[in-house]
Amino acid sequence: MHYGIEKFLHAFTSLADLGQEIADTRDRKEMVESALQVVLGTLAIRRGAVVEYVEEKGSVQFIAARGIGSDLPPEIPFTDTDVKDSCEIGAGGLSVSEPHSSNAAVRLAKRHPLLFENLGYDLFMPLIMRDKLLGILLLGPKMSEEPFSALDRDVICSMGRHIGVGIYNHRLIAEVEVRAEENQRLYDDLRATYQDTVRAFAAAIDFKDKYTRGHSERVGRYCEIIAREMGWNDEQVEGMIVAGYLHDIGKIVVDRDIINSPYKIDAKLLPELNRHTIAGYEILSLIKHPFADIPLMARHHHERVDGGGYPDGLTGDQIPMGAKILTVADSFDAMTTDRPYKRRRTMEEIIKDLGENAGKQFEPEVVVAFARALLKEITGEAQGKEILNTLSDDYVDIENIKPLLIELIRSIESNSYSAAANVT
Amino acid sequence: MEETLSSGGPETVSSRVEGGVAIIYAGGYLNKINGERTKRECRDRLQNGCRALVINFSDTEIVNSIGVSILLGVIDAAEEREARLCFCNVNNHTAQLFLMLGLARHVYLAPTEEAALVWLNAANAAAPPVISTTPTQRH
Ligand SMILES: [Fe+2]
Ligand SMILES: [Fe+2]
Repeated sequence: MHYGIEKFLHAFTSLADLGQEIADTRDRKEMVESALQVVLGTLAIRRGAVVEYVEEKGSVQFIAARGIGSDLPPEIPFTDTDVKDSCEIGAGGLSVSEPHSSNAAVRLAKRHPLLFENLGYDLFMPLIMRDKLLGILLLGPKMSEEPFSALDRDVICSMGRHIGVGIYNHRLIAEVEVRAEENQRLYDDLRATYQDTVRAFAAAIDFKDKYTRGHSERVGRYCEIIAREMGWNDEQVEGMIVAGYLHDIGKIVVDRDIINSPYKIDAKLLPELNRHTIAGYEILSLIKHPFADIPLMARHHHERVDGGGYPDGLTGDQIPMGAKILTVADSFDAMTTDRPYKRRRTMEEIIKDLGENAGKQFEPEVVVAFARALLKEITGEAQGKEILNTLSDDYVDIENIKPLLIELIRSIESNSYSAAANVT
Repeated sequence: MEETLSSGGPETVSSRVEGGVAIIYAGGYLNKINGERTKRECRDRLQNGCRALVINFSDTEIVNSIGVSILLGVIDAAEEREARLCFCNVNNHTAQLFLMLGLARHVYLAPTEEAALVWLNAANAAAPPVISTTPTQRH
């Protein structure tokens, strides 16, 4: 007992080291390797290993090993009987150099020479937590060549419990991660289903209006491009796509003849057509959307920042930004598609119109975002050509409109915010 | 011949080679970080052909359990390559620890770096002498 106090002190500080390693190390394998190092360093043992029992596979696998060569089997079959015998040996462990004290130990040693004598292990210590076998700590002889004392056994036993808790916690974390992944997949599926449903809705809306087939889907695409250009996050952008798909849903309650009228709607019938904004709001309010404000966006997609729009005559900041994006996307599609009463306009005219109406019909910030996105497609700065591909090739003269877009952005950025501010 | 590859204060591990013997300075606190650095220095020196290593503990206040475990790895590596290994300037507390754990059975604890070099260079160094502070130690 000459070194009793030192031994105790070293063991005590080692236990503290072990606790820290287990708490600090996030990677499971690294945690077990560090823990094994602490155990080996506590008693100066040159050979050791930690194997984990994997119930689903009915085997034990080496997680960490030191001083036993590299040709370890990846896993060793471990039957229910082995597990029962290990649990019978208990967390107190079994020293191989002692005569096997129990029948369980004799049986186990006979069936698993690799885990006992073959690898030169001296101590076989099952890691048990809540009556379940988590793994086994295998230790070779001490460098001092002394047999394991009662104190050594107590220390190792306590360390084994720490390692067991560490392995158990890492398993719990892994399980939670798997569950979280499953939930994410489920959520993604639900979102995909929701989007499919919304797209089907959009097709149904457009089907009613034979002159504007594909309108909602295109507006959804333009909304996506504008929102991204404005730096909105993925979720907000997704909300904008849905808003684009559904903005005209109110048209399903408007008289089909008015929607399909080959002539420009006259003033008398306008209120009926305009009803689609409020109707859309009411329909969409009945549905719980994963994205906020979709009903409001549908309601206000015909408002103007100067207050001259409908249904509520809102101005400037009173109009939700999503609705302002919809207005630009919606108008751009209307201007670039033929209507029975009107041929589509040229891109040059449209860019001019966007500029003239920035601060009147359109939110200048949104016009700039749209112009920028289109310019990026022309210069090749954008990854895709979503807008250009939606429009036909012979329609867009890239070289012609490029300077117009640059000028549009410049002029709005230099003065139209003040123009917008004058409108109240 | 004297070659210095790295050096530093008590918190860093450094090493040099003198007359074919690599001298590794273990740093202030031999824990996981410094232990791994020490091991790397030893491994590199062995790989470069050194067949004698001195680990100098003059700046080392404490060696924790992971530090001990890493030193066991160094002992293994030295034995594997048939290199001689010697510790020096080990403080009293750490010397007691090495004796208690049995490390001193495998590694000579020299009082000073000079003594370590003398011991390593001695042709008849097969039977390592025992540190004087350890009357109870067998070898
Ligand atoms: Fe509309
Ligand atoms: Fe529309």
